[in-house]
Amino acid sequence: MMRGLMLLGAALFAAGCMEVEQTSGASAKTPGLSVKRDTPAWNNEPLAHGPKWIKGDRASWEGEIKNRQLTQNEDHRINP
Amino acid sequence: MARMKFLCDAERCIECNGCVTACKNENEVPWGVNRRRVVTINDGVVGAEKSISVACMHCSDAPCMAVCPVDCFYRTDDGVVLHDKDLCIGCGYCFYACPFGAPQFPQAGAFGLRGKMDKCTFCAGGPEPDRSEAEFKKYGRNRLSEGKLPACAEMCSTKALLGGDGDVISDIYRERVARRGNKGAEAWGWGSAYGQPPKGKS
Repeated sequence: MMRGLMLLGAALFAAGCMEVEQTSGASAKTPGLSVKRDTPAWNNEPLAHGPKWIKGDRASWEGEIKNRQLTQNEDHRINP
Repeated sequence: MARMKFLCDAERCIECNGCVTACKNENEVPWGVNRRRVVTINDGVVGAEKSISVACMHCSDAPCMAVCPVDCFYRTDDGVVLHDKDLCIGCGYCFYACPFGAPQFPQAGAFGLRGKMDKCTFCAGGPEPDRSEAEFKKYGRNRLSEGKLPACAEMCSTKALLGGDGDVISDIYRERVARRGNKGAEAWGWGSAYGQPPKGKS
């Protein structure tokens, strides 16, 4: 009897470990629920020490990113 | 319009795992989750050993997006595939669908209980406000919003891993391959990976 109660207690204790926070699992396909809209990268202020672009100007941000990409070509960095 | 992609040069990758470390450090990725990893084939076979760094490839027609039952994935204007962890239910369908094994699931409780999916974000954060603490905690650092490229590609010491607009990085790679010459399968080694020295120089 006692052993059975102990086993039951242990099982209930172990089941408690499974308790995790549950957030809404409602489908995004449900009307009114959808992914949050992300802010485009170019709509951010450039950092004080980093690449500079005009906030909101996609072309200037893409220009900065392209310059950054081209630095990956070490053949051009070594033999400019 | 940019289409952000990764490209890994198997001739140059030296399996240093610098990209893996850079990713883990930059995004403070928890134990057990590897957004990026280096895969090696023919390990130890001289001339046949090849390594490649693999993460989410930000597919243009992403299977993870297609199979997600809660539609938590979205694609940014730069072509980066991201997901909303507030909607993810951790079902694992995306893991089965992804040919690269990119989706990762942290252990969220006892007995191997899975948490919400985590994957490479191309260092573009997530749907939370850019550069916010909430975004960093859930998705890692948002380097694109700082005008920078993913940490893994920028840290790569041999420049085997290239990251950026598909057109730009494929041009870099194409130029590199042309420099190597058309050697076929026997092409391997330092001279092959870094091109032949110009004539007249040793």
